[in-house]
Amino acid sequence: MIKIGLEIHCQLTNLESKLLCTCKADYRGFGTNENICPVCMGLPGSLPRLNREAVKNAMMIAMALNCTVPEKIAFFRKNYFYPDLPKNFQITQLNIYGPTSVGGPGYVMLGKKKIGLLRIQLEEDPGRIIYEGTSKNMVTLVDYNRAGTPLVEIVTEPDFESPRQIREFVNILSDLFENLGVADPSLEGAMRADANISIHGGKRVEIKNIGSFHDLEKAAHFEITRQESLHSRDMEIAQETRHWDDQRKITTSSRSKEEALDYRYFLEGDIPWVRVEQDLMDELRSEMPESISSKRGRYVSELGVPDQVADVLSSDKFYSDLFEKSQTGSNAKEIANLITTDLMGLVDTREKRTASKVTATHLRDLADSILAGRISRSSAKDALYEMVKSGKDLDQVVSEMDLGNVSDESEIEKVVLAVVAKEPLAVEQAREDPKALNYLVGKVMKITRGKADPQITMSLVKKAINV
Amino acid sequence: MNLRISALEYAEGVQNGSISAEDFVAGTLEHIAKVDEKIHAFLSVYDGAVDRARDIDKKIRSGEKVGACCGMPISVKDNICIRGEKTTCASKMLEDYVSPYDATVISRLRDEDAVFVGKVNMDEFAMGLTTEFSAFGPSYNPWDTSLTPGGSSGGSAASVSAFECVASLGSDTGGSVRNPASFCSVVGYKPTYGLVSRYGLISYANSIEQIGPLARTVKDTAFLLDVIAGPDPHDNTTVKGGGRYLPGIESGIEGKKIGIVSEMTGEGTDPAVASATSDAISRLEGLGATCETVSLDMVKYSVAAYYTITATEAGSNLARYDNLRYGYDLGVEGYEFNSYVEKARSRFGPEVIRRMILGGFVPSAGHAGRYFLKALKIKSKLAREVGGAFEKFDLLLSPTVPMLPFEIGAKIDDPVSLFLVDINTVTANLTGRPAISVPFAVSGKRPIGMQLMADSMCDAELLQAAFALEQTVRLPEVPL
Repeated sequence: MIKIGLEIHCQLTNLESKLLCTCKADYRGFGTNENICPVCMGLPGSLPRLNREAVKNAMMIAMALNCTVPEKIAFFRKNYFYPDLPKNFQITQLNIYGPTSVGGPGYVMLGKKKIGLLRIQLEEDPGRIIYEGTSKNMVTLVDYNRAGTPLVEIVTEPDFESPRQIREFVNILSDLFENLGVADPSLEGAMRADANISIHGGKRVEIKNIGSFHDLEKAAHFEITRQESLHSRDMEIAQETRHWDDQRKITTSSRSKEEALDYRYFLEGDIPWVRVEQDLMDELRSEMPESISSKRGRYVSELGVPDQVADVLSSDKFYSDLFEKSQTGSNAKEIANLITTDLMGLVDTREKRTASKVTATHLRDLADSILAGRISRSSAKDALYEMVKSGKDLDQVVSEMDLGNVSDESEIEKVVLAVVAKEPLAVEQAREDPKALNYLVGKVMKITRGKADPQITMSLVKKAINV
Repeated sequence: MNLRISALEYAEGVQNGSISAEDFVAGTLEHIAKVDEKIHAFLSVYDGAVDRARDIDKKIRSGEKVGACCGMPISVKDNICIRGEKTTCASKMLEDYVSPYDATVISRLRDEDAVFVGKVNMDEFAMGLTTEFSAFGPSYNPWDTSLTPGGSSGGSAASVSAFECVASLGSDTGGSVRNPASFCSVVGYKPTYGLVSRYGLISYANSIEQIGPLARTVKDTAFLLDVIAGPDPHDNTTVKGGGRYLPGIESGIEGKKIGIVSEMTGEGTDPAVASATSDAISRLEGLGATCETVSLDMVKYSVAAYYTITATEAGSNLARYDNLRYGYDLGVEGYEFNSYVEKARSRFGPEVIRRMILGGFVPSAGHAGRYFLKALKIKSKLAREVGGAFEKFDLLLSPTVPMLPFEIGAKIDDPVSLFLVDINTVTANLTGRPAISVPFAVSGKRPIGMQLMADSMCDAELLQAAFALEQTVRLPEVPL
């Protein structure tokens, strides 16, 4: 039996400023120690200045994860010494004196499996430590650009039973962050996690320093294998903290014995309690984008999109936004198909997505043309490829690539007559069995590369063989 | 040059042309050079202040508008940041620390054309009651240099009392403005918590401390409060709704109900202080107020709660002084992080170390319940009690300090008896209430101050009462 609990830290990367000052929340791209001020450097006399937008974003995450939101939100000091911590305490949240962190208990459903959430808290990210030089002559450098970046921590119950469940969970989280527009977990350093893992009711091992969702699953997998192997040989599993080595993709025992730290938590008096009035809740609810599950339901019941297609479409904000903007009801199913079967293959990386020139109008025109029989599905795929690449509109693409359906009877008739002349056997069969007509139509389509209007072709074939 | 004038007299003089700001500031600097050897109020003196004052004179001559402070020379406690100037907290840890920014109170005074003449002495990181814990040596009481000027804003009080400035900014965590004001016979004010921005005040116990003015008169105090008070986006704990303090200050106290706090006037009060207190009561009654005794039971525990809470916050607030990002010259080579921090922090003085050790203990796991959490409980009980008292009374009266100013060295080796000097002042801090110390009497060469306290946000009313009381008092001049 495997038990895994997670602590996931995710930066609110879409905010303008840090949690407690006006420096940029997105510190990437700054020179070393250039995105700092007296507040995030903890200079004598400076005071924190709470970024209300960060609180709102964190509350949205809490609400989207089915967490209770308390009446009053408070911040606490976690006191410990570390070079990346400018004040030698971290401003964070906890619930030891009643529910005061942005989110109380909540849950996430993985199909029918429920993953309990203990709490969601908002806190400041520390700076970044850089080790330079050789092991003999090691230099520790600190870059405080990151110090004070708003960080949301999600603490789960030990409800995970396999690395696969972890992957499902983090996929849901990623989609949810993106859907809410609060964070991009794929940015370098934007997401970090710790995992608590035990097997067969044994001792709990904490894995720290996991730097991406991808590695989280790997780390869990490695650690379970390590513990299973000890267990199978009747060796003791020590209760300890291990570090994830992202180069070697293994966990290693922390060399220094970590003492049980006493963080001397107490209320951060420089940040008054934030009263969560009904107004704020209403405001957040109205600002909150529709949830993924609600979208999925709507796509299926209102727009007739098949279950599986709706599932894929709703979980990704990029595609669902495109879908919502382009569909006009009758074409919804066709657009959903275009996106999930064709577009997703064309723009399967972040770079390709950013470079893509395809718009809602493109998709709408394309779907409408398919439905009107002006373009075949296979030609539509070629057209879409061109639209993504160049952004040209449908008419231009069709005429440049000669993709439009041929509906000129005399042109089709020429091909039909040629086919009939070449396939006397098939003609005989078709006269006896109408099903065999399709063979002849197929031949015509092949020669016209799918552009011949299927209905016109059929009637011309019938006419040519006198059926 | 007569330096023995109030801030408002100075401003009026400069505006009507009878006083030149340059002459006054130059005179003040000369006076500092002359007397500060004896007083040791200043840790740094700004000679450039004269240039600033000259600019004010120029502005006035050319008919330009000048700010309300008209170049008045002000001293600043050395835990309030002034851009480009040393801010040491009277500590070896920050001996050469230069702040890259102005505290909000400093920008506000600057905007009103105040001129800063220097930084003044204090107990290290504001922990103390006598300035004897300054790493740069104590200040001396201008009334008698064998006496302590009080603390921790002892330099502020001494500099006002010795005419080395017209007013000063101090900070009050448990009485640190009012106590030295009382000992040096000047007015000292602790505003309602949140009325004055703490941005740029180096934190000691941030949940209860406030910056407050020290001045010669209650009117000067109200004038300065008008300049420095008001909401500040840099300090989330500042509050809206403060009014103006100087206008209406002569409203009087007729019909006001004043509670005399029995726990602050009883046993242990010096007889001279007790008799001054009775005197104050009869004068207030003479002005039309009614006085009645009130008991605040929790005051008994207030000092213990105060030291528990302040130590906890200090332990956290002072943790940043690890010498990594700023501080003094101490090479890091060969040290592991924790041992470096340990080494660097050995520059803290004995009182700071004492309180930080206490601050590491009282909120720690396994002990918080007996100490820190209990102290918070006392704090909230005290607040309820005081809240109840203000349902019945407009003001509370007590002597600021139950004893007379004492000799330097008399209590330094007895930290616990030193703590008890705070008994009358900590309640205002623990409950966020405004309080003022008004010079009331002098026994021999030892000044006595009276403390008035009011309900939160009743600062205007408090200053009106203090002004009324002040008008009944004639005191000898400081024998300087």
